[in-house]
Parts: sequence; C-alpha cells; structure tokens
Amino acid sequence: MTTLTDPPAESFKLSMLVYDTRYRAITFQILALLAFLTLIGWLINNTAQNLADLGKEPSFAFLYAPAGYDINQTLIAYNNQDPHIRAAFVGLLNTLLVAFLGCVTATILGVLVGVLRLSNNWLIARLMTVYVEMFRNVPVLMWIVLCMAILIESLPAPSAFRGDDATSSMALFDSVAVTNRGVYVPEPLFSRGLGDISVGGYFEISLDLIAFLVVLGGGIFVSRQIARRADAQQEATGVRPKTWYLRLGAVVVPLLVLMVALGFHLGLPELKGFNFQGGTYMRNSLIALWLALSLYTAAFIAENVRAGILAISKGQTEAAAALGLRPRRITSLVILPQALRVIIPPLISQYLNLTKNSSLAIAVGYMDITGTLMGITLNQTGRELETVLLGMLIYLTISLLISAVMNWYNSRVKLVER
Amino acid sequence: MSDTHAETVAFVRETMLPQKAPPASTVGPLGWAKANLFSSYVNGALTILSAAFIVFVLYEILPWLISPTWEGTSLTNCRELLAAAGDDRGACWGVIRERWQQLMFGFYPRTEYWRPVLTFIFLLVAIAPILFAQFVPAKVAYFSALFPFIAVWLLWGGTIWGPVLALLGFVVGFVVFRYASRAIAPALALAAGVVAAIIWWSVITPFVEPDLSRILPIGIRSVQSREFGGFMLSITIGVTAIMCSLPIGILLALGRQSDLPLVKSICVGFIEFIRGVPLITLLFVASVLLNIFLPPGTNFDIILRVMIMVTLFAAAYMAEVIRGGLAALPKGQYEGADSLGLDYWQAQRLIIMPQALKISIPGIVSTFIGVFKDTTLVSIISMFDPIGLSNAIRADTAWNGVYWELFIFIGFVFFVFCFSMSRYSMYLERKLNTGHR
Repeated sequence: MTTLTDPPAESFKLSMLVYDTRYRAITFQILALLAFLTLIGWLINNTAQNLADLGKEPSFAFLYAPAGYDINQTLIAYNNQDPHIRAAFVGLLNTLLVAFLGCVTATILGVLVGVLRLSNNWLIARLMTVYVEMFRNVPVLMWIVLCMAILIESLPAPSAFRGDDATSSMALFDSVAVTNRGVYVPEPLFSRGLGDISVGGYFEISLDLIAFLVVLGGGIFVSRQIARRADAQQEATGVRPKTWYLRLGAVVVPLLVLMVALGFHLGLPELKGFNFQGGTYMRNSLIALWLALSLYTAAFIAENVRAGILAISKGQTEAAAALGLRPRRITSLVILPQALRVIIPPLISQYLNLTKNSSLAIAVGYMDITGTLMGITLNQTGRELETVLLGMLIYLTISLLISAVMNWYNSRVKLVER
Repeated sequence: MSDTHAETVAFVRETMLPQKAPPASTVGPLGWAKANLFSSYVNGALTILSAAFIVFVLYEILPWLISPTWEGTSLTNCRELLAAAGDDRGACWGVIRERWQQLMFGFYPRTEYWRPVLTFIFLLVAIAPILFAQFVPAKVAYFSALFPFIAVWLLWGGTIWGPVLALLGFVVGFVVFRYASRAIAPALALAAGVVAAIIWWSVITPFVEPDLSRILPIGIRSVQSREFGGFMLSITIGVTAIMCSLPIGILLALGRQSDLPLVKSICVGFIEFIRGVPLITLLFVASVLLNIFLPPGTNFDIILRVMIMVTLFAAAYMAEVIRGGLAALPKGQYEGADSLGLDYWQAQRLIIMPQALKISIPGIVSTFIGVFKDTTLVSIISMFDPIGLSNAIRADTAWNGVYWELFIFIGFVFFVFCFSMSRYSMYLERKLNTGHR
C-alpha cells in the first residue's frame, strides 16, 4: 500500500525566475520597476545638471514677485503690481469661466442637434448632418480663429452707435451693445449691498453672491422636499397633487425678496467718448472662444446623444405606452433614464475635451491659465520648468475633479443591474 | 334559418373590382414631401424655416464664392477686378493661386517639391496593403516596411547612408532575435535583439557613416526642419504619430489590463496624466522643456520633439480606446485561449487582439482624425502649419486682411482628409462585420 505524500520540495533554481510562471511575474515587475526608476532618475539627473549649467535653481519664489503685466479680462480685481500667483489665479478663473459657459451651451446645442438629427423631417435631419460633419472634420483651432475673424470683421465699431444718424443700435431695449471690440451686457448692481469679504488677504468674495447662492440652495432644497411629499402622497393614495406652483414659488419668491432687500438694479452700458462705459464687458476673444468651443463640442455631443437615443429599443416606448403612461412621462420615466446611461460617459469626456481645448485661448489672446502662467509669466521670468509643470498640474487637477464629479453623477443615474 | 341574405340584399357583387390607385397625396414627390417634410404643422414650419435659412445662406455666399478674382495679385488688385466686373464684394481667390504651394509645402525649396509629392504617393502605396488588404498583393507590404526610411530620406534629404544604416540596425536586431530564440526564452531573445540593434546604432553607425558617405557620396540636397510647413508638416507629424501610437497604445492597454500591479499602476499613471493635460502643454514641453530633460548638449530637431510628444499624446488616447475593445470581449474568449494552452502573447496575438481591435475600429479612427486635426496646434509654438502660414501670409502687405479665402481653403482640405478617414472607418466596419447578430 502506498500513501500519498507531498511532492518532493523543489529546490529553488535561478532559472525559475524566467521559466516558472510563479516567479516570472515578480521578475518582470521588478525589472519594470527598475527600468521605470532608472528612467525617472535619469531625467531628474539630466534636469538638475542642465539647470545647474544654466545657473537656475528650481524655486517657486518667482510666484510672489510683482507680475508687471496687465490682463484685459478679469473676474476678480487685478492690477499689474499684483504677484504672478494672482495673475495665474485670474487666468485659472478665466479658464473655468469659458469652460463652464462652453459646457452649458454645448450641452444645450448638442442635445438639440442630436434630437433633430433623428427627426422625421428630411430637410432638418440633413441640415443637422451637414452641421455635425462640418464641425467635426475641421480643427477646433481653425474654428476659434475663424470666429474671432467673424466678430472683428462683421460687427460695428463703437463709433457706429454715436450721433443722430447712428448706423447701429443697441439690442434688447437698449441694454446690450454688440461691437467689434466686444459685447457689453448689463451688470447686476446692489444699492444696499453687503460688501466683500477677504479670504486670507488675497481674494475678495462678494457677500451678495454668497447670500444669493445660499438662498437659491435653500429654495431648491425646499422645492425638493415638496416634491418628495407629493411622491409619498402619490404612493399612498394614487393621486398626485399639483405642486408645480408651490415648487416654483419656493425657489423664486425668496430670491425676489433678497433682491429687493439688497436694492438690485441693472447697470446699463452707455456710450461715453470713444467707447462704452458701464455694464459687464465681454471681450471678443472670450466670445469667439466660447462660440467656437460650444459649436465644435456640440457636434460631438450631438453624435453621443443620437447614439444614446438609438440604443433604446422601440419596445421600451411601446411597453410604457401599454402601461398607460402619457408621452411626457414615457420620456421622463422610461426613455431618458436609459438613454442617459449611454450618453453620460462620453459626455464626460466631451466636457474634459472642451476644458482642455480652452487652452487654445492663447491663439486669440484670451488670458487663461495658458496665457498667463505658461505664457507671459514664463517669458518674463524664464522659469520654463516651474511654470509648465505647475500649469500641467493645474489642468490635471481640473480634469480629475470634473471626471470625479461626473462619475459620481453617472453612478447615480446608472441602472442597477444584477 | 338560412344565413344567406338572399331576401334582404338586393344585389351582391360577384367579381372583384380592379384596385384603385392610391390617393395622389401619398405617392410620388408630393406624397414623399407630405410624409417627410410636412407631416405636421410643427414639421411644416420647421421645413419652411430651414429652407429659408438654406436659401439665405446660399444667396449670401454663392455670389461671394464665384468671383472673378483668380488672377488677382494683391487685395487692392482684387478689389479693382471686382469693381471692373461690377460686383461690390467677392472672394479674393488670387491669394490661393499665388500661395497654394506655400500652404502645401511651407518654405520647402521650390525645386525640391517633387520630393514631398513622391513621398505622399509612396505613402498611399505603402498604406494600400493595410487599408485594402483584399485588392492589393501582399508583397506590397515589404514596401510598407521600407517606407519610413525612404520617407525620411526623401523629406530631409542628405546622404542615403543614415536611413540605410538605421534600417540595417533593425535587420541586425531581427537576425539576432531569430537565432537567439532557438536557444533561449523568447523574452530573453527579444532583449538580445534589442541590445544588438542598439549597439549597431550607437557604436557601429557613427563609426561607419562618415566613411561610407565619403566613399560613396549618394545623396540629395538636405532640407532643414524649419523649412517644413503647410499641409506637408501636418501630414508628416500626423502620420508619424498615428503609426507609432497604435503599437504603443496596444502595449499600454495591455499593461493597464495586466495582473501585474506594478506594471498596471505605471501604465494607469501615464495614461491618466497624458489624458488630463491639454496637448498644448505637451507641445510647450516639446519646445522648451525636452532639452532640459535630456543629457546636456543634446539638441535635436524641433519636428522630432513635437512628433515624440504628439505620439505619446495619441498613444494614451489609443490605449483607452483599445482597453474598451478588450473589456467588450466576452470572458469566454480569454478562457478559451487559456484552455487551448496558448501562452499570454500567443493568446493576445491569435485570439484577443484581432477581435478587440475590430471592436475598437471606430474609436481608433476617430483618434486618428483627432490627432490629425490637433497637428494644427503646432502653430502656437511658432511652427508653420497651415494656420501658422495663413498668419504669415496675412503679414505680407499685399494680402493684409485676407481671412476667409485662406480659412475656407485650409478648412476644406482638412475636411476632405478627415471626412474620407471617417468614411473609410465605416467601410472597414462593414467589411469586418462577421455577423454576430
């Protein structure tokens, strides 16, 4: 009779590091790590040596020296004696501004075009196809430069608004002036404003804005509570109470009260001397960038939306109709939740693309983070290593934040599967 | 009681009537228009609005496009020609006639234009066996392998021995790999081949090349990188990035899907970093930082630096596209390959990659299109791609103020390239669709 014993313990041989799959994984990883560390070390060593040869010590102290240049479009107060870091922050805010505006308009336009491309109206569908193909197949830089050229060439100069025989007039009840230097829109002013609060001595934040956001957030919260109560009542009794006026009122009324309390009025742009004064001034570079990025990205979003809608089978609509749902409810309860699941992941990457493409602002002279930190600051201080690395880090942070937020939203709308 | 209606019905028709034609409103152009253009009030209104829009745009643009200014020699001259023809406005096509060569070739020497043209024709021949495998004899693929060396020699010129010796390096590496793989493990043999090639390039080539060039001075006029420009530059950078990014992208995607945690985290870090920053910052790295990262005294060509960064950029995007293809493949394919006893690389080569790449074709082609469009960004680091050149042309006093004509021309050429690429991807999808559903 034989007994089962363990196989004889194999002695470890050096060749097993290559031939034995148990050890090979470890060998490969150690080799890969060594190669990677060697590469990094080599790069750092080269950099240190090159910088030493140039007589530059890597340091970020230059960020606190006065910038010495002007920025023509700022969201916060800035003058040329402020440090480079503040100039970079102004640029960052400009990047975020155009990215936000662009994402909003591109989404609206893209959804509209995507839906219209599926329209059973032959002419509309073809027109939208032409739009999508035209914008997708020509570089975005080209559209940005083109939009800038259109704005400069085709809009009237401020002098055209002057005098009795003015060839141009302001739009929307004399409140918006569209000129070839930019667009002047009314600015919100508060006669009994709360003033500003200083954060860390560097930045001022308007208390009016904070109050506005707090009241808006509170209103939305109350409105959602009302909706939740209505849901509960519908579950219990089968009758859904009418709540839309309550919900609207919960958001709008407190805001109106706040605005009256703060003495809200609009500051209109007026023609004084050679140019318009007052109002909020949006330079052509901002408008051109915004327009071009929205139109370009909308073409891509339209394709995503179309794919998302096509991915929902017709049976879903028919089944929902068979359950007795009305068309609006079919869209909001059956089609949209499923289409969103398909649309949102590519939409995230379109938002990321738009934000990254906003760095092309430098081509039309809009001062975003690329124009300030990696443009003029780099040229003035000669700190190419620090500025470019810092700029990349900032873009990386923005990208990761956007994808984190959008992934969180995606995980909320995602249908839970088995 | 009988079921017949003989008593109640006075007349029963015994023959079928011939079918009547459908109502005029549902057939023919009228019926088509009713179904597709005026199916409801809203649709009708939309149709009229968009027709009005199209008519308006054509009315505004067509007379402008068709303007008799082909012979114009400057903007003022164009205006005179227009005034003579009785038009008050119109395009000035003279700028395209006078400068189209510059838009195509940049500042490339005029006598050498045949070289980029020949390279482009060779490019078409070289990609033919890849694009249209069933119509082109497979032997053309040998030419495709030689093409990169021919292209570099034709475009940059100089002595022929540089590209030849570089090619021989690959041959040496391959021969070493073939012989070594009979004796040792494939991975070690590959390493041996790579080492042999590197020794060839770094030790033997610099030693042999000057002598060879002296003994057999075969060469053509050498052209500097800063003379490159226009669509030639875009295509050179674009094609290089596209060709190199696919293999790197595949390796990165495999690395990201790998079981080895260290390899995986290096790949994830690289991909996410590159995808998180705009291309323009990478081009800044190429133009101002790459020389700082490399050993002191290294100063290599700006076009090569830009190519490296654009390739890395494209590779990260490619990796994500291919990862999607790998993830979409049913798990049974991986298990099937394992059960056949294939090792990792055999499974990837024979089972996984052919299917994963097929699934990712649309994504791969749209990455290609994106890379080609993004080559225009080099104008920001003051290289003369078509957009950079259009600024240079406007700097000439004769053409100061010419926007539309140049933009329309450049946009049109880009459109032709990108649109044909996307149509090709649709064709390929149809061809490779083996009908799983």
